[in-house]
Amino acid sequence: MLIHIPVILGAVVATLVAQTALAEAANGALLYQRNCAVCHGIKGDGGVGIPLNLKDFLAVASDNYLRATLREGRPGRVMPAFPGLSSGQVSAIIGHLRSWSDTEGPTYPAETLNGQPERGKTLFASHCAACHGDKGQGGVGTGVTFSRPRDAPVEAPALDNPGFQASVSDAMLKATLLRGREGTPMPSIGTLGLDERDADDLVTYLRQLNTATKPEETAAGLEPVIQFESSYDLEQTLENLKQAVVGRNFRVIREQYFEQGLAAAGEENPRRIMLYFCNFAFLDEALAIDPRVGLFLPCRITLVETEQGVQVMSINPKNLSQLFNNQALDKACQQMHDLYEEIMEEATL
Amino acid sequence: MKKYVVMLVLLLSPVLAAEELFMVRSQLSFPEAMTVLQQAIRENGYQVSRVQRIDIGLTRSGYKTDKYRVVFFGKLQEIRKISDQYPELVAYLPLKIAIFAENDETILLSSSFKHLRPFYSSVDLLASFSHWETDIQTILERVRIEE
Ligand code: HEC
Ligand code: HEC
Repeated sequence: MLIHIPVILGAVVATLVAQTALAEAANGALLYQRNCAVCHGIKGDGGVGIPLNLKDFLAVASDNYLRATLREGRPGRVMPAFPGLSSGQVSAIIGHLRSWSDTEGPTYPAETLNGQPERGKTLFASHCAACHGDKGQGGVGTGVTFSRPRDAPVEAPALDNPGFQASVSDAMLKATLLRGREGTPMPSIGTLGLDERDADDLVTYLRQLNTATKPEETAAGLEPVIQFESSYDLEQTLENLKQAVVGRNFRVIREQYFEQGLAAAGEENPRRIMLYFCNFAFLDEALAIDPRVGLFLPCRITLVETEQGVQVMSINPKNLSQLFNNQALDKACQQMHDLYEEIMEEATL
Repeated sequence: MKKYVVMLVLLLSPVLAAEELFMVRSQLSFPEAMTVLQQAIRENGYQVSRVQRIDIGLTRSGYKTDKYRVVFFGKLQEIRKISDQYPELVAYLPLKIAIFAENDETILLSSSFKHLRPFYSSVDLLASFSHWETDIQTILERVRIEE
């Protein structure tokens, strides 16, 4: 047995190396379908992410911008960073995006523009804030779909996002303003009656937006499970939980053995029970912000009887907003967290 | 033998995706994707324990996705063993994949165990997290490529 282990290890290493080499050479289309299509659409026409196949976008987006965007993501605005993609894989994906357009990607000088930020600020308030938010924080929600109709207009991206600011150059910002994005609500500033000097002022102002995100709570600092020890037995704790749920205008929708559907009927461990409950207004609200949170709905508390007594627990919803990289979820997650805590505390004390 | 298992895990970990969430878009319609998903779950040695509806009341409130389910699955012995050792982990078990329609396409997603890793040091448990992540990605990829 022992003799074979180095051989197996060798084979594993060889396969890994071969796989890496293959992936590097690869097929940007496949990488795109695996990593991006879920949000940006199979053909790049948008989803929860904004469209990537627009002529006007590809004509102003430099390879540097795209590369930095994949490295930085858009913290708190759904778009993830992709630290796991190698530089070769990123190039392959960029190649795939470029295949949607017949123009090559532009390159830009690194110089900063010296417009008048005060003028830019005034222009922004009157021409841009309606869509991009008064502080450039972007529209409510992102992209075009998931929960919204496909023909709804694209939500304006966050211009104050640290990932965006770190990726874009002054010259690319200016080119974006001068050109606009046909097929989306984003106008060219020409159609707004503004000229090149206004563009410089706007760009200089955009550079001064406050990009500070709130201090990031790291996963390591957030307990993944909310847990209470009950002073009652299993049956009584379950009863108490149901009362606490109903008392908060939630409906008990289901009560089942934890092992139900896995163990043969009658052989489930009866000392482990799941209680599902729901409040439609709350569920709808959460799903409207980010439909992906359905993965953790409806609300569920699990009861486990161990030698030490009865434990009740739930996932910690505060973990979720970072899982989904969506700051719009913070409030709902906090609410859900408090609700879980109140219910479990009341039922176990 | 255990030592070698550890080495294998260490060697394999760089190829595992670092994402927090695993998400794919399938070109299949919702019912077709649902069928392939359950097939793929079984092919990977798991049992589907329940399909939970999430969409009750969704269309009523004007929400555009009215087909939304969470599919729960697991292997009884494995889930029993882990929930005996780590009762608090039942909150994250059985494994699950959310599946919902976006017009004529279907989106599937599941969570990685990345956010749980910092809290545990048991080599066996971390290995379980890793193989669940690999299996979930395999299952999702299987649905993604089906035409
Ligand atoms: C009617 C709504 C609307 C107005 C007004 C508007 N924008 Fe936009 N803007 C958008 C949308 C939507 C997009 C995303 C387009 C896309 O899908 O690529 C966008 C994109 C941008 C981008 C590119 C961001 C990125 O992530 O690529 C910049 C920069 C920008 N807008 C700046 C401005 C400025 C400055 C003004 C004011 C002069 C302005 N916009 C006015 C809706 C608007
Ligand atoms: C989980 C959803 C999600 C995934 C996965 C995702 N994106 Fe995004 N992406 C977004 C969102 C949302 C935005 C817009 C952020 C905003 O509105 O502020 C965005 C923005 C972008 C932008 C900026 C576009 C512009 O107009 O300036 C690029 C480029 C981009 N994504 C490329 C990619 C690529 C390439 C991949 C795959 C490697 C990818 N994204 C994966 C959601 C996603």
